[in-house]
Amino acid sequence: MAQFNLPQNSKIEVGKYFKDKTDSKNLRKINVYRWDPSSGKNPRIDTYEVDMDNCGPKVLDILFKIKNDIDSSLTFRRSCAHGVCGSCAMNIDGVNGLACIKSHTDISGDLNIYPLPHLKVVKDLIGDLTTLYKQYESIQPWLKVDQTGEEKNELKQSQKDREKLDGYYECILCACCSTSCPSYWWNGDKYLGPAVLLQAYRWINDSRDGDKKERLKKVADELKLYRCHTIMNCTNSCPKGLNPAKAIGSIKKMLATS
Amino acid sequence: MENNNPLSPHLQIYKWQISSLLSITHRIVGVVNFFAIILICLWIGFIISGQSNYSNISIILNSSFGKFLAISLCWTFSFHILNEIRHLCWDAGYGYDLKIAKITGVLALIGSFILTILFYILGRNFF
Repeated sequence: MAQFNLPQNSKIEVGKYFKDKTDSKNLRKINVYRWDPSSGKNPRIDTYEVDMDNCGPKVLDILFKIKNDIDSSLTFRRSCAHGVCGSCAMNIDGVNGLACIKSHTDISGDLNIYPLPHLKVVKDLIGDLTTLYKQYESIQPWLKVDQTGEEKNELKQSQKDREKLDGYYECILCACCSTSCPSYWWNGDKYLGPAVLLQAYRWINDSRDGDKKERLKKVADELKLYRCHTIMNCTNSCPKGLNPAKAIGSIKKMLATS
Repeated sequence: MENNNPLSPHLQIYKWQISSLLSITHRIVGVVNFFAIILICLWIGFIISGQSNYSNISIILNSSFGKFLAISLCWTFSFHILNEIRHLCWDAGYGYDLKIAKITGVLALIGSFILTILFYILGRNFF
């Protein structure tokens, strides 16, 4: 049975309030989820007043401003800042997304920032994605061919076959979709989740791959695949505009028609 | 070693989307319909067993509670039917596009109310 409430050690408390010191007229309240593993306390929400006149346009710019000017203890992951690496995936204003490409002007009112949902928190906005990476490994995300040793030939692919991968190869594995999925929240240990299933479909659908049947067989499982109930939170949250729900539907259809 | 770190908030903070709301409604309504069908079967069973039962049931159904129940069940069945058509289209591989999924979702919801009214009018006038 799914547990809908947060466990006792995860209940969120009211945290500190950082008042503005710049006398800016254009202030915005930013509520950020904080948890410090060394404190031994429950997670809390800290509120920062941020001077928006001197802040960049994206949510990541706000986080940097807080870290640089207000509270250097704030912890978050980021790398490329251009929506390519997927490091800064977090829950912004109730929906998962990448902080680096999400404009804070699109959101009205106070800004709420949480880590990706239903993960073990490592610190502040960083969630533990170990399970997801293990599941990703389990679908064997590499090309499998029968060729051995010296007879290895170049694997050619027609443009048409290549086009079949469009909308799937762009996935950056930021985990926005998987952690937005209620099915993945309740059955994350068994259900593969949208991100991994989209990847599975990407390899099933690759004309160069020689292991299509095996791959399909492996994924055809009541818990691994069919826990998808087309809730479509995944597609709604994908920052790259991909459609994991469709990928999962395509796998189901392949299994039903093969 | 067991990981005792806190769990990040999920249901508490995640914003409802049209798609997720309709999905959970579909499931709840499905459970309601399951019990509704049992209830309907019981009613029919009662009616078979005699005239006094028939009049009792018709008193219950004609009370304001009975009417509310009947109209509610009209809606739960209407919604389930229409949303199930959506699911069938998805299973056939159509309608996954975000925009289309939103439109069909809203259509199913509006359609369920129209269908409820139709059911009610039909039932009132012809049976």
